[in-house]
This record gives sequence, structure tokens and C-alpha cells, in this order.
Amino acid sequence: MVLEKLVATGLRGLCRLVTGAHPRWLSDPHHTVPRIYFANHCSHLDTLVVWSTLPDELRQHTRPVAARDYWGHGAIRGYIANRVFHALLIDRKAAEDKEVAERHRQETLDAMTAVLDAGESLILYPEGTRGAGDVIQPFRAGLYHLARARPAVPLVPVYLGNLARIMPKGATLPVPMQGQVVFGPEMQIGEGEGKQPFLERCRTAVLSLTEAKPA
Amino acid sequence: MMKGLQDPQLVLMIAGILAFLVVASLVAWVLKLRAQGPLPPERAKTIDNLIARIKAWWGMVFVFGIAIATGGYGSIVMFAIVSFLALREVLTLLPTRRADHRAMLWAFFIFLPLQYYLVAIEWYGLFALLIPVYAYLLLPSVQVLAGDTEDFLARTSRLQWALMICVYCVSHAPALLILEIPGYEGQNAKLLLFLVVVTEMSDVLQYTCGKLFGKHKAVPAVSPNKTVEGYVGGGLLATGLGAGLWWATPFNPWQAGLMALVIVVAGIAGGLVMSAVKRDRQVKDFGAMLPGHGGVLDRIDSLCFSAPLFFHLTRFFFT
Repeated sequence: MVLEKLVATGLRGLCRLVTGAHPRWLSDPHHTVPRIYFANHCSHLDTLVVWSTLPDELRQHTRPVAARDYWGHGAIRGYIANRVFHALLIDRKAAEDKEVAERHRQETLDAMTAVLDAGESLILYPEGTRGAGDVIQPFRAGLYHLARARPAVPLVPVYLGNLARIMPKGATLPVPMQGQVVFGPEMQIGEGEGKQPFLERCRTAVLSLTEAKPA
Repeated sequence: MMKGLQDPQLVLMIAGILAFLVVASLVAWVLKLRAQGPLPPERAKTIDNLIARIKAWWGMVFVFGIAIATGGYGSIVMFAIVSFLALREVLTLLPTRRADHRAMLWAFFIFLPLQYYLVAIEWYGLFALLIPVYAYLLLPSVQVLAGDTEDFLARTSRLQWALMICVYCVSHAPALLILEIPGYEGQNAKLLLFLVVVTEMSDVLQYTCGKLFGKHKAVPAVSPNKTVEGYVGGGLLATGLGAGLWWATPFNPWQAGLMALVIVVAGIAGGLVMSAVKRDRQVKDFGAMLPGHGGVLDRIDSLCFSAPLFFHLTRFFFT
């Protein structure tokens, strides 16, 4: 436990040093859990940055959803994902067989709703894969199914800026630069809101935070 | 071996700075109190900004005071951190491409620490050459190996420029500690303090004179808030201040005054050059780390220019 705390503090300090990341909140940061934070995905730093800029009391009850093929590999990464982030590791490789794919999707969804039901928040990246940083790709359906399954849980859009320059695809070390983290106003899925309109509304919500002026 | 706080003159200088800050805080407090009732928004904004600036000054003086009180290594480490933060701010603003990633890692994690390490081990020869020669050749080589020639000359120039300003120039401030000035052994911390006090007070006095008497815009295309009255009034006062601090330096009064004048002029040039860069990148400040001031680089823009000049003039004429 002590070691995990030390590692967590060290990681947060490192994150501050490298990304200078100060969160900007357009919603009340001291809200009650659980929440679904969804962010644009631009770098392997994303999870670290969102996790370390959350207020202490929220961070302890927030679990990032992370790809098993990256975070599940290696002793250090695995340790950080499991013991420090308490990440919910998921397989993102789609199975060939339709039936298997459907079952896998259902399992992932069940795992996520179980976390919410236990009173903990989730961080997820509806783009699925890291973009080049300049555009936000269309959101995948997972966010919709999760919101549909737990419509009462508020959704918080999160915009991450500049992180793709700090640590682009394929880089092993980050270059220190000022990153941006903006937590937007809470939103909820509408009753009877369709999949495409909902996903587009969520994506627009993240995009709109790029122009948010500093307080 | 630096004397640090065993040097009564150094203690006197630090006490003077603290006294000045106390007076400034009182003035700001009185301004705020007197300014009750409806104010023109412009004026209210100025007063709030003044208070924020003074608050940040307390923090900066506190950090710098501790660094300088420890004598040698504390100041070197502090300026290395300042360089790190400044370089982080500049590279955030300058457009870079994926292929620059490795070269930027070199700048941050090899050249920056190495430059300050050379100050610490007092290797002047390599200190003076490291970035203008070795980094200048190595960084474009690293960039070209990434195989992206798009915008190449501009990319490699920007990186070198950022490294020169934020690391090479700034490192000349703590390098004052390694100058061997006959009859001034162990007292160089005061020389560093002289440079920083004259540079920063020049900024402060120009700001004050500009706010009080400013009428004629000096360089509207670059920095619309700068006035002739601010430059002349603040510059002359800072030069006078430098001359008045001669007792803490290896200079006599008129030499100290001339040095201060060089610092003032270099500082003005530095401020203008950095303003032009900000205009070019269409931002108002380099960052938001120091409330009221902007980023770290907004605070040390004049020091970037004054430190190397002051270092070399002192080295040429007094060692």
C-alpha cells in the first residue's frame, strides 16, 4: 500500500513536470461519484494526465478503462495499471466470429456497468484508438451502450490538448510541453436518443472544449 | 567557496529587496482601499494585476533568496529549473513535427542538464561552446535522421533558437559565480544578485513610469503598452540604482552605472524580441505559471539578453 502511494505521488509529480497539466473545470469538480469521463485519445499519456489531474477524493474512486494489449504488458506497466490506476483492462481486438464478438462486447459492457454499480467512476476513450492529435475521430458505440445501460450516471466530456506532441505514437519518452486538460459540463443521455445523434453530441461536447477560454 | 549569508553585504541587499517588497505591497494595499466604489474597469484591472504581480514577486524572491543564500549549487539548480520551464513554454508555442521529437529530447535531457553541469564544474571553455557549436550541429543531424524534410530549415532554426534563449542565455546568470575576479573571491553571489536586481527593477520601474507618466507609445507595432516615458524614466532610475549598488560589486560607481545601463538596454531589447515572438505566435503570454506576469519566460525575457552581455563584459574587463 505504501509503495503504491509513493508510486502514485511520484507519477503525479512527473506528470506535472512533463505536461504542466493543470485541470480546468467547467463543471463542479467536487461532485459525487460515479461519473463517466470520456476524453479524446491522443497519447499513451492520456490516462496518466486525466487520472493525475482529478482531485484526490475522486481519483481514489475512478478507474480508467485501458487497453490490455498496451497496459497489460510488461512488469512496470502492468503494475501501474493494476495497482496504481486500478485500471479496468479490456481487449480491444475485435473477434472475427460475429457471435464471439457480440459476447465479448457484452462482457466488456458488463464489466463497466459493474464498476459504476460499485460506486466508482470510469475514464474512457470513445475514439478507441489514438489519433494524430489534430482531429477527433468519430466515437464508437461503446459509450452509447454504456450510457443506455446506466442512463442516470452523468457523463463528463474531457478535452486533452497537446499530448500527442508530448508523446506521439511510437515514442518511448515524452518531451516536456504544456498540455491541456479541460473537464466540461456534465451531460446525460436523452430518453429515446438515438445512437448516432448521441455519439455525435458527445463528440461535439469534447470538441467545444478546445475553444474554452481560461477562467 | 561562496560566502552565502556570511557576507553582510549580501544580507543587506536581500534585506533591501524585502523592504522594497513590503513598501510595494503597502502601496498596492492603499491603492486597493482608496479605490472603493465604482471604478473605470481599466483602472480596477490594473490594480488587481498589480496586486497579483506583487504576490508573485514575493514567491519569486523567496525562491531566489533561498537559492542565492546557499551560495553556489542552489543558484545553479534554480536557474536550470527556470531554463527547463522556459524551454517547455517556448516549445509548446512553436510548431514542431513528429520528426522533431528525438531532437527535442536531446535538448531537454542532454543539453540542458549538461550546460548547467558545466557551470557547476566550472569548465568555461565547453560551457561557452556546447550549445552554439555542438548542439547546433547535433540537433539538425538528429532531425534529419528522422527523415522528414518538410519545413526543415525553419524547424531546426526554431529548436536552436529556443535552446539558445532558454538555456544558453539564462545559464550565463549562474555562470557569474565561476568568474575569478581578483580581490572579489567568494563574493560572486552579489554579482548575480546585482544582475538580477538591476534587470528586474528595470522592468518594474519601466512599468511604473509607464503607468504614471506614459504618453507616447514607443513601439506600437510590437508592444502597445510600452511608452517612451516608461523606457527613459525606468531605464534612468535602474541605471541610478545600479550605480548606487557599486559597493556590492567589484566595480566603482561609474563602472557600476555603465554596467547597469548595458543591462537596461539589453533588457529592453530582450523584452521587445520576446514580444515579437509572442505576436508572431498570436499569444499574449508564454504561459500562466506566474499570476499577473504570465509565464516564466515573460518574467525573464530581459534577463535572457542581459545575462550573457553582463557576464562577458565582467569577464573581459574584470578578470
